[in-house]
Amino acid sequence: MGAAISIDYITHHYPGQEAPTLKDIQVTVAPGETVALIGQSGCGKSTLLHMLAGLLLPSEGCVRINGHQVIKPSPRWNMMFQKPSLYPWMTVRKNASLGLIFQGRKTDMRERIDQLLETVGLSEKAEVNVQSLSGGQQQRVALARSLATDPELLLLDEPFSALDAFTRVALQDEVTRLARERGISVVFVTHDIEEAVAMADRVLVMGSNPGTITAELPIDIAHPRDRNSQAFVDRKAELMGYFGATRTLAADKGSAEAEAPTPDTESEQDESSSSESRARVRAA
Amino acid sequence: MNREATLSVDTATVERLMPVLRFADQARRALQYPALGIAGLFALWYWGGWAIGNNEDTMAFASFAPGPTLAAFWDIVSSGAVWSPIESSLYRVGWGLAYAIAIGVPLGVMIGYFLTLKQVTHVPFQFLRMISPLAWMPVAVLAFATWDAAIIFLIAIAAVWPITYATAHGVQRIDPMWLKVGNNLGANPYHTLRYIVMPAIAQDVFAGIRLAVGVAWIVLVPAEYLGVTSGLGYAINDARDTLEYDKLAAFVLVIGIIGYMLDAICVRLIKRSSYHAEG
Ligand SMILES: Nc1ncnc2c1ncn2[C@@H]1O[C@H](COP(=O)(O)OP(=O)(O)O)[C@@H](O)[C@H]1O
Ligand SMILES: [Mg+2]
Repeated sequence: MGAAISIDYITHHYPGQEAPTLKDIQVTVAPGETVALIGQSGCGKSTLLHMLAGLLLPSEGCVRINGHQVIKPSPRWNMMFQKPSLYPWMTVRKNASLGLIFQGRKTDMRERIDQLLETVGLSEKAEVNVQSLSGGQQQRVALARSLATDPELLLLDEPFSALDAFTRVALQDEVTRLARERGISVVFVTHDIEEAVAMADRVLVMGSNPGTITAELPIDIAHPRDRNSQAFVDRKAELMGYFGATRTLAADKGSAEAEAPTPDTESEQDESSSSESRARVRAA
Repeated sequence: MNREATLSVDTATVERLMPVLRFADQARRALQYPALGIAGLFALWYWGGWAIGNNEDTMAFASFAPGPTLAAFWDIVSSGAVWSPIESSLYRVGWGLAYAIAIGVPLGVMIGYFLTLKQVTHVPFQFLRMISPLAWMPVAVLAFATWDAAIIFLIAIAAVWPITYATAHGVQRIDPMWLKVGNNLGANPYHTLRYIVMPAIAQDVFAGIRLAVGVAWIVLVPAEYLGVTSGLGYAINDARDTLEYDKLAAFVLVIGIIGYMLDAICVRLIKRSSYHAEG
């Protein structure tokens, strides 16, 4: 019962900016599909995700989920951010229950949350204050909070980038497993090529100025994915290739450090072709 | 504690005694400095009383000294005469604060939330804030039918500013992500207020209330010098008129003690409303 998403020719101008941040984005996501968005910092990934969540309306075009135009947030599609942003005055249980409380779905809330906390491995911690948890545990609570309302669509904005490598891999696998079990559609933003290959059914590469989808790569590897398998390594290399080819170009200009630069140098950006700016995506 | 000495006793006894010893030690640590401060204040008071009593010009006020004052204090407490002025004063402060909170918290939330409102209100509010509440006295007397109402008004107008600005400060410190996440989870405005904004600013609001209580308690006494025939301020004025300086000093003592207790309550409320892990 995942959501079918259709992003219809979205163009977006932030007030006060002449150049559009996003231009003519057109994407569809099938029910239950997991799509990764990857691209240089500042190319508009978060902007696009906020539009899917209904937290921001595009200046032109629209997002449709199951045929209905998205105009405001809904518990049926839920967004997770880089920081867990839990409410520090609440216990783990209260934080996780919040979506249900806001919906007024209080019957059998306790059992549902118990079950969910077990799924994310936090049964023991249900009644403790969230401030006592590690970063990974906090992000698990945020995951439970997002799943509590049975969303059809999960939107993740670099949700694991602040975590240590072990926790990150564990959570990548966990989210993938949960989303597949429940048939939830997922759209996630990442800087991490391995993360994209580990989780996604399809990777969309975004270019900037203006933000457009510049390439698309299906990842047809069966789950659970073995990160050392040949197919996995090949896919990673292939995806890297989208950046690798242009990386040499970028290196000539002295920005071999794949860490995405801030768009402070307007002129340089104007000269750059969109493929070249893609080279600056942090590729590891 | 002398560790060598305790080590020579058999360990079972030591283990049983340990919590007691630890508690005694903690109590000593917690109390020794406050006790020192209190003793210092008493010494100063004693010396002041002695100096006044030994000066021909001020001898008439010798009963400000600790001895007569404490005797008078015991008198008003044991006779029950102290309770009625306390009750009247607390009634006025209570209502004054209630109005200040009812006005200050919503106002503070709005000022903290809407930058424009903050800019619009800045000059008028800072201007009003700097006017001594007692300057409003003539206006208050004209505007309100009863002295009680006038005093409550003065207290409220004095107490509203710290509450308003502490609340606004709290609102400005709210992590915007908390609002975004709430929005994303489908919170309506009531939910946002009840589950996110209020818990987030509670500590700041109580910190503002603590300041407000201090201001209110200070404004109360001079306000009660005028017109009314009840309350601690009136009791002091009355004792002065009848030259009972020991009683006057006893009421000063009462004002200090109650003020201290009100502040202590506020400190507890601040601690309880803090969401910080160590709070
Ligand atoms: N609220 C905003 N107002 C104006 N410009 C914004 C706002 N949010 C983002 N932008 C601009 O839009 C562009 C895309 O931002 P964002 O979607 O956050 O990029 P990404 O997530 O890919 O790093 C950036 O150039 C950024 O400066
Ligand atoms: Mg972003």
